[in-house]
Amino acid sequence: MKIWVCFATALKTLLSHKMRSILTMLGILIGVAAVISMVSLVRAEQAMVQQSFKSLGTNLIFVTPGAPSGGMGMGGVLGTTQTLTLEDAEAIARDAPSVSMVAPMTQTTTQIVAGGENIGCLTLGVTPEYQHVRNFEVDQGSFITEQDYKGRARVIVLGNQLAKTLFGQISPVGQSVRINGRQFRVIGVLKGKGEVFGVEDQSAMVPLSTAQAVISSERAGSGGHTVQSISVQARSKEAIDAAHWEISNILRQRHRIIEGEDDDFSVMSMDALLGTADQMYVIGELIMGAIAGISLLVGGIGIMNIMLVSVTERTREIGLRKAVGAKRRDITTQFLTEATVLSFCGGAMGVGLGWLIVRVSANALANMGLPFPAIVPSDVIALAVGVAVFVGLVSGIYPAVRAARLDPIEALRHE
Amino acid sequence: MVELESITKVYKAGRTEVPALRGISCRIESGEMVAIMGPSGSGKSTLMNIIGCLDKPTSGQYRLEGVEVNKLGDNKLAEIRNKKIGFVFQSFNLLPRTTALANVELPLIYSGSGNRRQRALQALESVGLAHRIKHRPSELAGGEQQRVAIARALVNDPALILADEPTGNLDTTTSKELMLLFKQLNQQGITIVLVTHEPYIAAYTQRTIRIRDGQIEVSG
Repeated sequence: MKIWVCFATALKTLLSHKMRSILTMLGILIGVAAVISMVSLVRAEQAMVQQSFKSLGTNLIFVTPGAPSGGMGMGGVLGTTQTLTLEDAEAIARDAPSVSMVAPMTQTTTQIVAGGENIGCLTLGVTPEYQHVRNFEVDQGSFITEQDYKGRARVIVLGNQLAKTLFGQISPVGQSVRINGRQFRVIGVLKGKGEVFGVEDQSAMVPLSTAQAVISSERAGSGGHTVQSISVQARSKEAIDAAHWEISNILRQRHRIIEGEDDDFSVMSMDALLGTADQMYVIGELIMGAIAGISLLVGGIGIMNIMLVSVTERTREIGLRKAVGAKRRDITTQFLTEATVLSFCGGAMGVGLGWLIVRVSANALANMGLPFPAIVPSDVIALAVGVAVFVGLVSGIYPAVRAARLDPIEALRHE
Repeated sequence: MVELESITKVYKAGRTEVPALRGISCRIESGEMVAIMGPSGSGKSTLMNIIGCLDKPTSGQYRLEGVEVNKLGDNKLAEIRNKKIGFVFQSFNLLPRTTALANVELPLIYSGSGNRRQRALQALESVGLAHRIKHRPSELAGGEQQRVAIARALVNDPALILADEPTGNLDTTTSKELMLLFKQLNQQGITIVLVTHEPYIAAYTQRTIRIRDGQIEVSG
């Protein structure tokens, strides 16, 4: 029996029981839609997070005060411990050969006043290097310069959103704002980074020296100027591990931490963090896939159930087919084809539904201000449909073998 | 054509053995039209099943066109049923929801023949149903349904047609028409064996084999 005849026969049979066929497909349909939408959404989020990590800076190493604490290694909440100093940053820049740039940063919550607006925001004290280490692009005007830093200039660079809130349509460059009663001249506006790590869009940046002089000037126990974090750029991707090690060594020496004692700071490379995040996404994908896979299994059981009913109902037909010359193999093939066609159609419709779910979720998230790529990766489609067809084939085996084993005489007598 | 030599068939019902056929020997020549008669339970259906290669005898020899059928495997038997034998049943056994044409094409699917539509059309024509090929069994009268079944039996040019009470579900007029069709087919050279209870049906055949208690009583 030729394979296309099998398919034609199977299609005809399934079409003659439309309602039943659709209900049977539903299990597979939902399973495939679940696999497709879940895995696609996890992948899309992963891609977004990767993108955001990249926007943080290349070959970035992040040094924060406080001991590293489990999980992602994000040591303490920024600003709660004050063990890092400007002098630490200078030492790293001077003594760590694998490091190309060092950008210490302070941060304070301040009220910022411009015209009639009075807004609470984060004001960061930064050095000119901060722009390069953390991948900031200037939208209008310029960033803080070496002269600004050395001269403790009262200049300020505004985050994209903050500039809009303060000045609306007016160009902010050249305008002035007040912080703690002191006047600052706006010299630039940053381009928005948006997405996950977009806090800076709502923040302002002033020279670190100015911040220490007029906004806050806390001193560490060691007597240096406290900073909340030090962003370090390694010379290359390969140099990240070496830089990590060098920074730890320098800081342990400077902080007089002896062998066996815990660090009072944490060093973390964005690469490693990204790796951890990626691992979590893989695990997430597997869990989602497994849950969705279970619904495929349930769908498979549904197919087997209906195929068994169908075999019983069509006992006479099977007897007749055998009488007019169908071999066991022909009968097996017929029922296997029916099961496979059922699951394939269910799978194909599931791809459609899954794609729709991804589209709708992406739209909903976009409306909430989170641009989300509405992409269903083709390998996910192939995998889901492949598994669906496999499930159909496997759940068709038992009914098909039962049908093929029927004794034609008994089958023909069946009422 | 059909040579049976001391054929026995024993069914096992639990521990008791029920003999259905107790040593049947007979010959049916090519081109014959034979009726098998006997009371119910006499073993005539079992005999038909064995002749039709649907069942195997417990002992004895069965040669169909010189081939020792009782030694063949399942696949080979399926092939013989497909190519050499046409079945006509009392209850027609057509596939519901399937057109007359598709029903007649069925054996051709399993023989892998090309030109299925053409051959099925010819077979339907030869039973006088060329005008009803698109009808489903439920849209056809009983006599017409049985004609579709005969067309299906004819479509692979079998040497032998086995009809198990083919007129059992039909009225007398239709039965007579159908018997004329069988007679016509027989005159074209097809060997026909049919089981019946009705003497007037058996009268259309050339001879009657009577069976009682699994043995041949009279072979006319």
